[in-house]
Amino acid sequence: MRAGLADPVLDSQRIFRAVLEAMSHPGRVVSIGLEGTGLDPLHPATLSICLALVDFETPLWLDAAGRTEEVSAHLRFHCGCPLVDDPARARFAVVAAPAAMPDLDRFDPGTDEYPDRSATVIVQARTLAAGAGRRLTGPGIAADGWLDADGLPARFWEGLRANHGRFPRGVDVLLTAGTSMVALPRATRVEG
Amino acid sequence: MSALAQSEPAAVEAAWARLAARPEYRMLRAPETGLVMVRGRAGGTGAAFNLGEITVTRCSVELGDGRVGHAYVPGRDPRHAETAAVLDAMLQDPGERPALEATVVEPLIAARLARQHAARARAAATRVEFFTMVRGEE
Repeated sequence: MRAGLADPVLDSQRIFRAVLEAMSHPGRVVSIGLEGTGLDPLHPATLSICLALVDFETPLWLDAAGRTEEVSAHLRFHCGCPLVDDPARARFAVVAAPAAMPDLDRFDPGTDEYPDRSATVIVQARTLAAGAGRRLTGPGIAADGWLDADGLPARFWEGLRANHGRFPRGVDVLLTAGTSMVALPRATRVEG
Repeated sequence: MSALAQSEPAAVEAAWARLAARPEYRMLRAPETGLVMVRGRAGGTGAAFNLGEITVTRCSVELGDGRVGHAYVPGRDPRHAETAAVLDAMLQDPGERPALEATVVEPLIAARLARQHAARARAAATRVEFFTMVRGEE
């Protein structure tokens, strides 16, 4: 088994701050800055977000590619989180292989009374780059933002548009690649 | 584990120092201190109630050969938790276990019992027997 965060308190605060920055500025590529903390097939950013945010109160769903013996044992030990088989019951979900991912509407979108009780879905892309690709508009984006994310199926982008249409319900998406991440919360409109 | 956890930190450290060979290990979870709610049952069989919280320090280590040890010890001594976790990992090997039981665990249990007996003897010396006089009026 592997060790968790080197400095549990400061590292998780640093990661939380990075996720907060990403969520406040959808489309901005934010670096988590912890090298060498990945656990195959999870990228360093994916694993860092899990270690910082997931705990015993947040059931976690892992896709088939991500649910290896090593990853399950690591997250169960360091996060103490229950692992669930049903995506609808998860508070956090990790998609290590987006090609085979379930549609976004399979995850919990919260209720009209409590839209905050929804799932956060972490999806691993191959590369993330701002400034080109798809156009993003919405809260937190000054004029318009551009995001180029490679390695995600067309199905995912359609699901993201449908997800925006369900506002205030819906899931929030965090894209990760290597040590960087981009947030696409439900309030963000994606075109192209 | 209870022998390691309930012994004095100094006694565990002394047992650790007595070992002929001390293994290499690395931290899976460095010692960290938190609160644990202790629950009790009235008379041992009644409904469960919360007795109160105690501070507990926990630690997990992995030895070079992959054996994993965990320790949860009362108090705030990180070194106690670390040593107990390493000893717990060493005790996972059936081959190594009998020798460790004899050199580490048994002396710790004996020391703990001696400590408890001393405390009981101190308390018993000041014991007051209450009784009621029969006042003789019907």
